[in-house]
Parts: sequence; C-alpha cells; structure tokens
Amino acid sequence: MVGEQKGMNKVRKVLPSLLVLAAVVAIWWAVVVATRSVIFPTPWQVVTGTLELAQDGTLWDHIGASLFRVGAGFLLAVLVAIPLGLWMGWVHGAFVTLNPLFQILRPISPIAWIPIAILWFGVGNASPIYLIFIASVFPMIVQTTVGVHTIEKRYLRAAENFGVPRGKLFRQVVFPATLPQIIVGMRIGLGVAWLVVVAAEMIALRSGLGYLIIDSRNAGNRYDLVIAGMIIIGLIGLALDGIMRLLEGMKSVRWRYVH
Amino acid sequence: MFIKTKIRVQNIHKGFPAEKGRLDVISDLDFKVGDGEFVAIVGPSGCGKTTLMNIIAGFLAPDSGAVLIDDKPRLAPNAKGVLITQQGSVFPWLTVRENLLFGLPDEMPNREALAQEYAELVGLKGFENNYAHELSGGMLKRAEIARALVVKPEILYMDEPFSALDALMSLRMQNELLRILARERHTVMLITHDVEEAIHLADRILVLSPRPARIQASFDVPLAHPRRVSSPEAQSLRVAILRELGVELA
Repeated sequence: MVGEQKGMNKVRKVLPSLLVLAAVVAIWWAVVVATRSVIFPTPWQVVTGTLELAQDGTLWDHIGASLFRVGAGFLLAVLVAIPLGLWMGWVHGAFVTLNPLFQILRPISPIAWIPIAILWFGVGNASPIYLIFIASVFPMIVQTTVGVHTIEKRYLRAAENFGVPRGKLFRQVVFPATLPQIIVGMRIGLGVAWLVVVAAEMIALRSGLGYLIIDSRNAGNRYDLVIAGMIIIGLIGLALDGIMRLLEGMKSVRWRYVH
Repeated sequence: MFIKTKIRVQNIHKGFPAEKGRLDVISDLDFKVGDGEFVAIVGPSGCGKTTLMNIIAGFLAPDSGAVLIDDKPRLAPNAKGVLITQQGSVFPWLTVRENLLFGLPDEMPNREALAQEYAELVGLKGFENNYAHELSGGMLKRAEIARALVVKPEILYMDEPFSALDALMSLRMQNELLRILARERHTVMLITHDVEEAIHLADRILVLSPRPARIQASFDVPLAHPRRVSSPEAQSLRVAILRELGVELA
C-alpha cells in the first residue's frame, strides 16, 4: 500500500512535465498539418526518419563519434583543471599569477577557436577534442579554485591543530572539502562540452551528431533527420547530466548539498 | 601542595586595527594554569574571550607578551593542545571513524583499535561509519571530543563547547565531559558565558573585565564532584561571580 502510494506520488510529480511535452508535440503536429508545410516534418516523420537511421546503423556511428570526442576532450580537461584549480586555490601566488589570464580566456566562445583549431589540428578528431577541452577546462578550474577558497576556516584550523603531514592534509581535508565544488564544475564542464561538440562537428568532420544535422540539410532538405538529431542531442545531454548528478549523491559530498 | 605550571600567560596584549586607530581587545593579561587543573574563564560577551583562546591555542600571535606551555614559548598550534569550539569542526566529508583516525599517524600500529576505543568512550559505538550530517548535534559534539582525546593531548581548549546545544543536551554533555576527564587527567581551559557551567565543571574560575580584557577576579571552586549547582555554596559562588560581571541578583 505504502509502495503504491509512493508510486502514485512519483507519477504525480512527473505528470505535469509529461503533459507539457505532449502539448508541444501536439501543437507542432497541428501546425505542420494546418500550414501544409512540405519541408517541415511532422513528429511521426521524425520518428520514422530516426528508425531508418537506426536500422542502417549510421545513427549509432554518429552518436559514438560525438561521445568519443566529448569523452576525450572532457577527460583531458578534468586531468588539467582539477590539479591546476587545487594549486591555484591553495597557493595565493599561483592564483594572482594565473587567474587574470584565465579570466580573459574564459569568456571567449569555443566557437571563436574553430579557425585556430583547424589551423593547428586539421580536420580530424583532434580539432573538436581541442575545442571541447577549451570549453570545459575553464569552468572546472574556476569551480575548483572557488571550492578551495571557500573551505571553512574552522576545518583548516582543526587540521592545523592536529599537525598532520602535507600529503594527508591534501588527501583528507583540502581535496574532499573541495570535491562538491569540483563536481559542480564537472557538471558545468560536461554540459558545455556537449554543446560545443555539436557546433564543432557542424563545420569540419564527416561523422557525429552535428555532422548529421548539417549533412541532412545539405543532402536534400531532410528536415526530419535534422530534428531527429536535435532531439537525440537533447536526450543524450540530459543523460550525461543525470550521470554527473549521480556523483552528487555520494555520501562523502552530500554535506555540501543538503541543508 | 605544589602543582607544576602547565600554561603561563605572560602579560599578553592584543589589538586590532579599527576605524580610529587601534581597538585594544586584550591588555596586560597574566595568569597561570596548573598541570591537570580545570580553569574556566567567564566574561561579558565581546570582551575578547575567543581572541584570548586563539592566542593561547597558538592560532593567533599576541602583539606583546608570550604564552608558555611547560615553560616553552608556544608559537604555533600542535596536537598537544586541542581546541574545541562552539561551531564544531568534525569533518563532514569523513565518517566518525575517519575523523577519529585523522590525528593519528598512519604508521601507528594500533590506531584502529584506539579510534574504536574512543568512539565507545563517548558513546558513539555503532555510529563509526556515519557521516556528520547523519548525526545529531550532541553526537557531533561527542565525535569532536573523541577526536580531540584520541591523540592523547595534554591540554583541552574549549571555547563555548556546548553553547550551540539545547540546555538539556548541554547539561548531559557537561556530565559526559566530567566522566571522561575523571578517567584521563587533562589540563582544561574552558571559555564560557554560562556561570553555572563554569561552577559545575571548573576547579578555578577567572572573571574577565570588559574590553580590553584583563583578569578582574579569580574564584576557587572548592566543591567535590559530582557537584550540585543548586547547593547553597554553589549558589553563593554564582551570586558573587555574577556580581563581578555586573549582574545583581536579589
């Protein structure tokens, strides 16, 4: 009985958002039918287009290519941003030296880097990976640095009081105290990375979801596939954020999020 | 009876920059605490009690004067004297067990057993693997006391340790503290605004003056434990201390 009630509550929670989605699809369908558009597809045409791509296998290749580029660029950014952010947060000299440079680089849209990426890395996988790296590294550096700067003094004092070695201080105080902010940075970073991979693929490459969208338009106005690509990008983005949110559920970081 | 001096606070002076010149917080403060003695310091709020505690524990340097521990000047904090504050500082990202292990060197062979022993001593058996946000305020305080005691400090510095707890839990923790201190003899410095708490716990009570803080009066508490704060002796002591603090009781 209690389980049933819980189930009901869950349904009640997601019901409004499902209704909104259904309404959007319905309006879209009605408008396409009413205007007798020959180019803009109905939701059903998008579904059949997607199935077509899934059956001949190209859909999975495009998704795989995009995920690989995001994975590689994001991982590189994590490997650079976390140590750098911790260092800048802990050592004041590193912060005042490097922070102005990063504050100048940070607002430059990754799209603006595309010509330089092509110049340096050509049109292979390295270009989008570099763009993703550039896009996600700065938010993660900033969040990590902020995380170190906002460690409460009482905790640092307690650590100082027990006089532990430097390595232990980092392992058991500075890093875990910053971890919740690092995870926030990773969420932002992965979100931006996913935005950028699509933009980057629209320009140079022969695979990926961004390529799928541009190619579908160029090769015969297949707007059903354009919209299919957009929806898949949205759903994968949602899934990636969901995975990052799982990290926020770890017991050792929950103290920062629950209040 | 001769008691060795453990803490010697020698003519310390401390001021902070203010809008107009400097604000003197502590001026010419001078006292001793004997080895194994429990000294409570009471004073009006804002009189510089916490500044004083931070200086004695080594987190803050005085402008002049010195703090000597075992006749040696204290320059930085160390695990010989552990500070427990009102806000608490149990690491929320570690479990109770990991918090207790924190101050023990990694190469210490019996550290796990020691942590277990102290978790049990403060009544946290069964909660070793819980995180701070899964504990109540009283349990958090117990964890903090256990983490301080497990490193076998010689001195406990307590700055309003139980003020954030409700009245009942505060009394309960005072009794717990006395039970633990009866087992292990520590030198204790307690800062509190609660005169009854001071009478309940301390061997000697120092009354600080309003800013700049200096010792205004000193009271011995010649009562055997367990004490009853409602006893006539304790009550007349309370009236005398409150009078020093400028509160007249009818």
